[in-house]
This record gives sequence, structure tokens and C-alpha cells, in this order.
Amino acid sequence: MWKRDDAAKPAVPAAPGAAPTHTATTSPAVDAAATRPTAGDARGLERNAVNIGKSVVVKGELNGSEDLTIEGQVEGKIELRQNVLTIGPNGRVKAQIFAKAVIILGEVTGNVTATEKVDIRDNGSVDGDIASPRVAIAEGAHFRGSIDMQKAGAKPGEKPETKPAGASTSPAPQSPAGAPAGAAR
Amino acid sequence: MLSDLLRWGTKRAPETTAVPKPPAVKGIEAIISSKGLPKFLSALSNQPSPASLIDFGPVIGTNVAYLGERLGCKLFIEDLTNELSRHLKSGTMDALPDAVELRLRHGDASVDGILCWDFFDFLKKPAAQRVAQHLVNMLRPGGAIMGYFAISDVERSNFMKYEIVDDQSMRHRQHTGSGARHAHPNREIIRMFEGLTVAESFLLKNNSREILLRKK
Repeated sequence: MWKRDDAAKPAVPAAPGAAPTHTATTSPAVDAAATRPTAGDARGLERNAVNIGKSVVVKGELNGSEDLTIEGQVEGKIELRQNVLTIGPNGRVKAQIFAKAVIILGEVTGNVTATEKVDIRDNGSVDGDIASPRVAIAEGAHFRGSIDMQKAGAKPGEKPETKPAGASTSPAPQSPAGAPAGAAR
Repeated sequence: MLSDLLRWGTKRAPETTAVPKPPAVKGIEAIISSKGLPKFLSALSNQPSPASLIDFGPVIGTNVAYLGERLGCKLFIEDLTNELSRHLKSGTMDALPDAVELRLRHGDASVDGILCWDFFDFLKKPAAQRVAQHLVNMLRPGGAIMGYFAISDVERSNFMKYEIVDDQSMRHRQHTGSGARHAHPNREIIRMFEGLTVAESFLLKNNSREILLRKK
């Protein structure tokens, strides 16, 4: 009947420790500012989205059933198996991560497991192993570790086509013994 | 006279036949066809699934998508160019083989494919031999190594990154950093990778050889 202004409604109450679905088990060092909405957080104030602010340090385990954006520091373990985890440009995470999708713009040290997608954006950094059916790594991102992806589309034993390439740019074969093949440079 | 002019007017100069331009070879961003890549991919797909593959890096998103999603490989991405750059800057190139061995801590005969790109060009012979033997040990029988090797020394050369465009072509792109490029003769490469056979070797137009080595 009447318009409800969802965008203006903070997802999490401003009171400290009031985020019911997120638990900092080993250290309750969650700053109240972490969940307090600020003017610049308008986008993050949608329902089912929580923001851990720049000044917040969380040590322990984070579990939840809401999308989460981390701009602060988290050490330990993060489990959002049905939700999207975003590590913002200022986010520093040293943790094992389990989520539906993980978007990384900051730094992650630790293994990342996602049931849908891992997206490392420009200037994002991951040192650890990734397990996800889809992995996107932007130009300028840093990654070191292993990537385990389920095969999508191609059959396990499928061989790639081995047709000869176009003549104009095709390299000339050279004998392994070192005799020059005489290809144009 | 007028008729001559009219005749001349109708006579058109033969149109310059559009000479097909060669595909874009824009130096540092050149797309260069690869004969080694399809054979390398074929070798990988013949290995027991899922194949494991080491990429010397730097990480390129399209390569990850291509190799991971299409082939279902387990990819190990080691940004060894970064390591190389670090050692070049600090003048500790002698320690590089140790650092590489530390980073590539895979068991013997546990890896199906290695994309070493042009890493060996930036190593002198002793260092190259040590790293090469480490790779040979890691490689599983039937596995393959693909790399690019310069054909002449270059005093200062930019690092490159190699982006897979499709099954048969690669985009050679400039990357940050540079170093002296050493040309290893073919016989030296064969000795370096003792235990492997040179399955394919192609001379490319950009002054390098694309070499595919296989372990029997």
C-alpha cells in the first residue's frame, strides 16, 4: 500500500555485537562502527548485506546467512555457504573462506572455496588455493596458488583440435638438433 | 581527340588489388600462432583426469579460464617472473634456483604439464640446468613442458606474458620488468632437460623457438 524505504533501513542495528548471524567466536573485537551505517555505505545498506568497516579487526570464525562485505581485517575462518562474500579494496583477510561466491578487491591469504564463483578484481590479491567451478581473474590482479575448477562443457578425455594454424603467422618447423628452419622473422 | 579522351575516361587504371595484410603483428602485442600449444593440450588431455599443470605466471585470467574450465586441469600458478625480478634487482641470481625449488615443491612424477614460457631465457646455463632438472623430476611420464627459447642473446629484454587466444594462437604481451636474455642452443636445451625428448620445436617469427618436451 505504501512505499517502504528499504534502502534507508540499516541491515544491522547500530548496537555493538548486534549482528545475530555473524559470530566472532574467538575474539569479539568487532567494532561498533563495523555495523554502523555511514553516508557512503548506502549501497551496502540493502537488506541481507552486512559491512565490516575499515577499522574493524575480527579474529575468529565468521558464520552467516547474509551477504557480507569486508573492508577491515579478518583472521580465522569465514563461512557464508549460501551467500556472497566481498572483500573490499581495504579488506585484509587471513582466513579460510567458504562461500557461494567470493569477490576479491583487497587481499586474501588463505584457501578460498566457492560453490559458484571466485572473482579476483583488478588490484585484488590472493595467496592460497582456490576451489570453485568458475574463477575470474582480472588484469592487474595478483594470484599465487592452485586453482581447482570443475570441468564445464568439455568431457574429461576430450582432446583439443590440432589443426594447423593459419599460414601467414604460422611458425616454420625447426629441427630439434638446431638446424635453422629458415623462417622469416 | 574527344573520342580519345572519352576512351581514356572509361579506361580505368586497374584497381590495386587489395593485398591481404598479414595478421596483426604489433610487436609486443603480437598474436602468434602456436603449433606447440595444441600438442601440449593434447598431451594434457591424455593424462589421467584431472591433469595437474604448473604455470610459471604471471597469472592471466583468460588462461585460467581456458585451461581450468575447458580442460578441467588443476592449475598451480607460480608467479616466477616476480621471483626473477626480485632476484635481478637484489643481485642474488645465484640464489634463484633454490628459490624456485622451494616454490615448486611438488613430488616426483606428480605433474602432468608445465608452462615455463620464456623463463629459461633469463637464466644462465648453470641455473637453467638446475631448474630444468627439477622440472624433469616433477613431471609425470607422458607429461609435457612447453616453453619459448630465444635464438640470440639480448642485453636487455622486457619480460613477456603469454595469453592463450585459442587452441592455436597465443598473444605475446609485454610485462613489467626486464633482464638479460640468454640464448640456449638446442643441444644445451636437450642436455638441460635430460630425461625428456624434444617432441616439437618451431622457430617463430619473433625470434624465439617454441619447444615442446615430453617425458616418456
